[in-house]
Amino acid sequence: MDLRTTPEEQKFRDDLAAWLASEVPAYGPPPSTHDWDARRAYDTGWQRKLFEAGYAGINWPKEYGGLDASGVEQLIYFEEIAKANAPYIGVNFVGMLHGGPTIMVEGTEAQKAAHIPRIISGEEVWCQGFSEPVAGSDLANLQTRAERDGDHYVVNGHKIWTSFAHVADYCEMLVRTDPDSSKHGGISWLIMPMDLDGIDIRPLPTLEGEGEFSEVFLEDVRIPVSNLVGKENDGWRVTNVTLRFERGTAFASDMIQLQAFVAKMVETAKKITSDGATAWDDKALRREIGHLSGELESLWAMVKLSVCEAKETGVPGVGASAVKLYYTDIFQRTTELAVRLLGRAGISRSDVMDLPAQHFFARHFNAISTAIAAGTSQIQKNIIGERILGQVKEPKPNPA
Amino acid sequence: MDFQPTEDQKALREGIRSFVEGQLPFDRIPEIEKAGGFDRDLWNEVAEMGVFALRLSENEGGVGLGFSDAVLVFAELGRRLVPGPVVWTHLAAGLVDGAATGETVVGGVDLMGPTPEPVVVEYFDTLDVLLVLRSDGVYRVDPATCEAKPVDVPLDPLTPIHHVTALPEGDKIGDADAAARLRLEGAAIISGVQLGLSEGALELANDYAKERQQFGRPIGGFQAVKHMLAEMFVKQEAARAGAYNAGATLDAPEVADVQKAVSAAKVTAGESAIRNARTGIQVHGGMGFTWEVMAHYYLKRAWVCENMFGTQDEHAEKIATILEAAN
Repeated sequence: MDLRTTPEEQKFRDDLAAWLASEVPAYGPPPSTHDWDARRAYDTGWQRKLFEAGYAGINWPKEYGGLDASGVEQLIYFEEIAKANAPYIGVNFVGMLHGGPTIMVEGTEAQKAAHIPRIISGEEVWCQGFSEPVAGSDLANLQTRAERDGDHYVVNGHKIWTSFAHVADYCEMLVRTDPDSSKHGGISWLIMPMDLDGIDIRPLPTLEGEGEFSEVFLEDVRIPVSNLVGKENDGWRVTNVTLRFERGTAFASDMIQLQAFVAKMVETAKKITSDGATAWDDKALRREIGHLSGELESLWAMVKLSVCEAKETGVPGVGASAVKLYYTDIFQRTTELAVRLLGRAGISRSDVMDLPAQHFFARHFNAISTAIAAGTSQIQKNIIGERILGQVKEPKPNPA
Repeated sequence: MDFQPTEDQKALREGIRSFVEGQLPFDRIPEIEKAGGFDRDLWNEVAEMGVFALRLSENEGGVGLGFSDAVLVFAELGRRLVPGPVVWTHLAAGLVDGAATGETVVGGVDLMGPTPEPVVVEYFDTLDVLLVLRSDGVYRVDPATCEAKPVDVPLDPLTPIHHVTALPEGDKIGDADAAARLRLEGAAIISGVQLGLSEGALELANDYAKERQQFGRPIGGFQAVKHMLAEMFVKQEAARAGAYNAGATLDAPEVADVQKAVSAAKVTAGESAIRNARTGIQVHGGMGFTWEVMAHYYLKRAWVCENMFGTQDEHAEKIATILEAAN
C-alpha cells in the first residue's frame, strides 16, 4: 500500500503537465453545444493534437499507436487532463472506448487497417447502435433484423440513445442475424457506415432541452458482409469485449472534474449573501460540502485501489459496479446541493447575477443520467448482490 | 504507486483474522458481556499478537510497521468487535511504559473537540493510565486521582463507561503538536475499526439473507433485500478506500494533505459503519431488533467509534476549512 509515485510515473506526470500547459490555452474554449459541426471539429482537432504528441489512446496498445499506459499512469493522465481543464474526449468517445478497442481484438486485418489509425488520429467518428426502445437493460432482447442477401446484410430496425449519430462516420451496430436461435445466440456485431441509404437520424432532445442523443431508423440498409466483426451470431460475446473497455477508468475524468465542481460551489457560496452573511458562513452548509468532499477523496482512493487490483489480477476489479454506484450517489448529492445553493436563482437555467445556474444544472442533469447510462444503478446492485455477495439470481422468465 | 495491500500485509491481515475468529467466536460475547465488557486473557492475547507494538521500531521492541498495516489490523479487530481500549493503548506505545506489551492498560479522553462535557471514559475501571488530549498538550493522569462514577447502562454492552466528574490536570508528557498528532493518528486507526464494523455487519446480514427463507426462497434473492446488501457493499468499499488512504497518506505524508485524507476516512468510514449496522438490522427483520442476533452490537460499537477522535461533522468542517484555504 504505497501512494508514492515512482520516478517514471512522476516524469510521465511532469511531461504531460508541461505539454498541456502550453497546448490547452492555445487551443481555446469549446464551441457552443448547439453547433454540432463546430463540436466535431473541436473534439477531433484536439484528438489529432493528442495523437501527434503521442498522448492519444492512453490504454491502447503501442502497436495501434496508443500509449499502453499502466493503470496508475492512466489515473495520472486523468488527474492532469482535469487540472489543465483540457478538452473532453467528446465525439471521439465511442470510437476510442468502444469501436476501436473491439476491432483491435475481434476485427479482421482489413478492418483494423481501415479504422484503427483513423480513429486514434481523430479522422473518424463513431456512434453506438446497441440500445433499442424495448432493449435497454435487457440489451440482448434487441429486434433489429439483418438478413443476408448475397454479399450484404439488409438491416431493418430502430435504435435509440445513439450518441453523436448526426456527426458520426460509422456505427457499431448490433443486429439479430438469427431470429430462431436463443436470445443471446443470434446477434451479430456490424460496422455500419453512416452515409448508407436508408438511415434516418432524428434528434432525441433530453430534459436538458438538447443533448447528444438521436433515434436512428433503419430501412433496408445494405451493409457489406465484410463489415461483420467476429463471427456471425457471435455478436453477444463480441459485445462483452466492447463493454469491458467501457468499464475500468471510463468515469475517472468525471470524478476529478467533480472535485473542481466542489471548489466552484465553495466560490459560489462565498458570493451568495442573505442578511449580510454569505452562504459559506452557514455551518450546516460547510459541513455538507466538507462531507461530500471527504467522500470524493475516498471515491478517488477507491479508483486507485481498483486500478491497482486490476494490475495484479489482469482484470478490472470486481468492485467496478461499486465504484460506479458510489460515484453516481456522490455526483447526484453534490450537484443537488449546488442547485439548492442557488436559491431563487435556481429557477433559471441562465446565469442570473453571475451565479452559475447553467453550469450547476448541466452537471445536475448529467448526474441524473449517470444512474441510468452504462447499466442502471439497479442493475449494478444486482451484479453486486449476485456476483460478489453470492445471493441467488433474479428469476429469468425467458431463460437464454 | 501500488495501492493494493502487499503480500506481507495480506498475510498480516489473514493472521490477525484467524486469530480473532479463533479467540473471539461470537458465542463468547455473552460471557465477556457478563464479565463487564473486558477480558484480561483476550487482552493479553491481543498484546501477544503485537497489536500494540505494531508501529514501534524494532529497536524499541516493536514490529516496525506503518499506519497502512495498523489500519488493516484494526479493521480485523473491528470486524469481530474485539473489546478493550485497544486503540488508545496502541497509540500510547512508546509514550507510556508497558503499553507496547499490553502490561499497562491505557485509556484516554480527547478534550480537543468543541464539546468536552460530559467527560465520559471507556473502560475506566481497568485503566492503569489515562491519557488526556488537550489543545496545549498530552497529559498523563493516574485514574486513581480522578473522581468518576460508573454509568449504569453503557450504549455498547462491550464498552463499559464512567462519567469522570473531576479530572486532575496530570503530568504533561507531550506538547500541542504531539496532542494534535495523536488525535490525527487516532482518527485514522478508528477509521480502520469502522471499516471492520462495516465488513462485519455486511457479512452477518449477507449470510443471514442466504439462509432465511420467505415465500419459499432465500430473502437475498428478492431485489429489495439484495439491493440493501449491495448498498452495504458499496459503503464497505468506500470505508476501505478511505481508511487505506488515511493509513497510506500518514505513511507517506509528502503525497497529499494528511489532515484531508484522515478526515475523509473518518467521515466515510464513520458513515459506513453506522449505515451498514442499521441496514444489517433491517435485513435480519424482527430478529434484528432482538438482543439475540449480533446485529445490534455493530450499531452500538459504530456509535462509540463515531464519538472517538472527532465526529463526522467535526471532520467535515475540517475538510471545509481546507477547501476554503485552497479557494
